Amino acid sequence: MYHRFRMPSIWQDMDQLQREMNRLFDVSNQGRVFNSPSYPAINIWTNEEGQLISAEMPGIRPEDLEVDVTGDALSISGERKADGIEVDAHLHRQERNSGLFSRTIQLPFMVDTNKVEASFKDGVLVVTLPRADADKPKKITVRQK
Amino acid sequence: MAKKEQAMEVQVREESPAEDVERTRARRCFVPKTDIYETDNEIIILADLPGANDKTVDVTLEKNVLSISALITPLNSAGYELAYAEYEQGDYQRNFRLSDEIDREKIEAVVRDGVLRLKLPKVKEAAVKKITVKTS
Repeated sequence: MYHRFRMPSIWQDMDQLQREMNRLFDVSNQGRVFNSPSYPAINIWTNEEGQLISAEMPGIRPEDLEVDVTGDALSISGERKADGIEVDAHLHRQERNSGLFSRTIQLPFMVDTNKVEASFKDGVLVVTLPRADADKPKKITVRQK
Repeated sequence: MAKKEQAMEVQVREESPAEDVERTRARRCFVPKTDIYETDNEIIILADLPGANDKTVDVTLEKNVLSISALITPLNSAGYELAYAEYEQGDYQRNFRLSDEIDREKIEAVVRDGVLRLKLPKVKEAAVKKITVKTS
């Protein structure tokens, strides 16, 4: 616990992650939209076979986007580059931001990394994360003696 | 490595204010984040419309009001149930009043990776016409 004061950011992040995971399984929170801790904002869809994670990331080139899956963690990182605007252009309004981003999402199961699929269309990233067979619950038949 | 280490933040989305037109779609409508630049010859508008493509974006210019609207097809999540959400999918609508005369024939609109880029060339004739004031 002495690390807590030396590297507060890591522990804060981990606490945040834990809270997020708790919310994931909380039925009462259905239909609520949460504040995103970091870019990009994600939506998580589930079924028995795994999860689907979607993120709206307009203006990012697929080549500037990196999606990694290791074990039970998905990380999305990259850079949103500012559009090349002429230097002498007069700026009226700037609401869109740019810069580097990195986000790691802890999943509640091990992922079958060979079957992970990621698609990026019209600025929307969709990652399909199938649950590893070894991680799936095993049904045990109870025999009567 | 002179690369600026600027971290991106999540931007809060605003809902589009009630327009004089009633919406007939049961989905929320957002104001797209927009950049507007102006050079001597043109006005450039960049709008974030994630999920929109060339078929779903509608840009109209009536008098000097430019309106951008995009009807977003929801993500195909058949067989899945939404467990956790940080954003809502919705349509986009935003109007701008342009101060300069625009050459309507030469407007260019391109949608790429969910970003609409509008190039609005100014009318050359609208350039300065000086009127000399005489004393009577």
